[in-house]
Amino acid sequence: MKKDKNKISQSAQSVSSEKINVTKEMFVSIKEGSLDAEAIKRPSLSYWKDAARRFTKNPIAIIATVLLAIIIIFAIFAPILSPFTYDENNWAISNQSPSVEHPFGTDNLGRDLWVRCWEGARVSLTIGVLVAFVNATIGILYGGISGFVGKALDNVMMRICEVVGAVPQMLWVTILVIILRPGFMPIVIALSATGWIGMARLFRGQVFQIKELEFVMASKSLGTGSIWIIFKHLVPNAMSPIITSMAFAIPGAIFAEAFLSYIGLGLPLPLASWGNLASNGANVFLTYPYQLIYPSLLICVTMLCFTLIGDALRDALDPRMRT
Amino acid sequence: MLKYTLKRFISLILTLFLIATLTFFLMNAVPGDPFALDRDTPQVIRDALNQKYGLDKPVFERYLIYMGNLLKGDFGMSMKFKGQSVVDKVATTMPISAMVGLGGVLVGVLIGVIFGIVAALNNGKTFDFIVIIAAIVGVSIPNFVFATLFQRFFGVTLNVLPVFGYKGLLYLVLPIFAAAMQNIAFYARMLRSSMLDVMNQDYIMTAKSKGLTRKSVIFRHTLRNSLLPLVTSFGPMIAGVLTGNFVIEKIFGIPGIGNAMIMAIQGSDYMMIMGLTIMFSFITVVMYFIVDVLYGVVDPRIRIS
Repeated sequence: MKKDKNKISQSAQSVSSEKINVTKEMFVSIKEGSLDAEAIKRPSLSYWKDAARRFTKNPIAIIATVLLAIIIIFAIFAPILSPFTYDENNWAISNQSPSVEHPFGTDNLGRDLWVRCWEGARVSLTIGVLVAFVNATIGILYGGISGFVGKALDNVMMRICEVVGAVPQMLWVTILVIILRPGFMPIVIALSATGWIGMARLFRGQVFQIKELEFVMASKSLGTGSIWIIFKHLVPNAMSPIITSMAFAIPGAIFAEAFLSYIGLGLPLPLASWGNLASNGANVFLTYPYQLIYPSLLICVTMLCFTLIGDALRDALDPRMRT
Repeated sequence: MLKYTLKRFISLILTLFLIATLTFFLMNAVPGDPFALDRDTPQVIRDALNQKYGLDKPVFERYLIYMGNLLKGDFGMSMKFKGQSVVDKVATTMPISAMVGLGGVLVGVLIGVIFGIVAALNNGKTFDFIVIIAAIVGVSIPNFVFATLFQRFFGVTLNVLPVFGYKGLLYLVLPIFAAAMQNIAFYARMLRSSMLDVMNQDYIMTAKSKGLTRKSVIFRHTLRNSLLPLVTSFGPMIAGVLTGNFVIEKIFGIPGIGNAMIMAIQGSDYMMIMGLTIMFSFITVVMYFIVDVLYGVVDPRIRIS
């Protein structure tokens, strides 16, 4: 605030210090009533258009989005276009350093790491997105019902959240993966089993604020059902924190998958994920550092993109952040 | 205050009971026989083992026995190492884990807070810019990458610090810093934004207009109020102190509770997994309880609601 005032006074000074000859020709007389003071000069923007405008104006957000898009495109096409497959062993070329033929080198079984890294990208990104969506859906339903019905039900449902949330999430995940046996779906299920609690709490808080508003009362008096109100009125109005929290949930799930790989509960080989590539690479890091560096680099860049996009989304979606 | 504490205590007991029950039945759902190893174990021996561990009894009876044992402070015995109880395992591994965990938090908070303060005071200048970039990049790098890089750089290239095992406090330096890296980035970011937030408040303007020195404004008015969000982040962080360092402990070969858990998982030592999980959860819940009660002491508004 203080800075702005300084700026204004400075610019005022600089204007007054210049000598301008004001002549009569510089003025144009206007007939009274010819200007429509009520007219809206700027095009009207919906909330989402406004948010999109602010997001695209943010150069960091654009760079992160482009980078992420490149990673996704490589994840889709690199395994298809490469002459190698992610599970093809070739003992003759084990542990080769990066070369033209194998840009990321090969692992101890002679599998091409370029293909494995992008195959891993497919798996890790799918896990991340799937978990974020499942968590959001369960969380919205649970938090929505809890917040919308309120009273005793809310009390009971939040107590359940408290009990489940009291145990460190990775412990639940570990036990569930042990029960379900390591694999793609078990990991998704395990990460979703308790991951929705954060979203449920967040959405419940939003519901408590929104459900008191008049348009919800209007809808209620027309006899609308609870589920309809939750999805038609409450979710759209709570969309910005939901989207922001999902943008941060995706890298969280990718991290968690990597964690599971490190403690021996990741995807079974020869399946590839960034987690098990990094964890296998770590074992041979001193002799073949590239086997850890490439997958970790991909993880880091992806995390960075999601963090930056999440930050930009938060700024773009929250009108209070408008500058 | 007493009423509030009592209420929280009853809820604590209820939570502990539900967690133990849930974990017991979840572990019971694990498919397979814990004694069906890769070797063929004769049926007679299996039956004897099952009988020894009480696995031949119906589930509900075992549940009652287990809960009874928990009340007596017996969290079960290892199925793989003869005579090793869960409580013993926790007693020997916990202090080491706590040192790594708390060390990581302390180093992280200390360095992070300092960076955050200096960045906020230099808002818009080069140092601020460097801290913002470093913090965002730092949060994006998984701790296992930091751990492996530290091992390589300090242990192999410079050869100044031990990188594996635990034979003295020096062995904990790298793990603590590896665990602290993300905390540093997180707290630097948090404190920077909370400092900037407070610096725009009216009472800071008042303090300045009163003619207080810059030092006094920064330390007595800005910093104190900026530290509030830090206090609220302690609760979730305590949970992370214990479980967040599984990977660090494994990479550096620290014989902590996380490593014990990983070994139990890899050896399908179900009693140990169950015991450690319940123990972990109990510690976390009790920590939350203590933090909650302390909040009640610090902030009377929490007691009322």
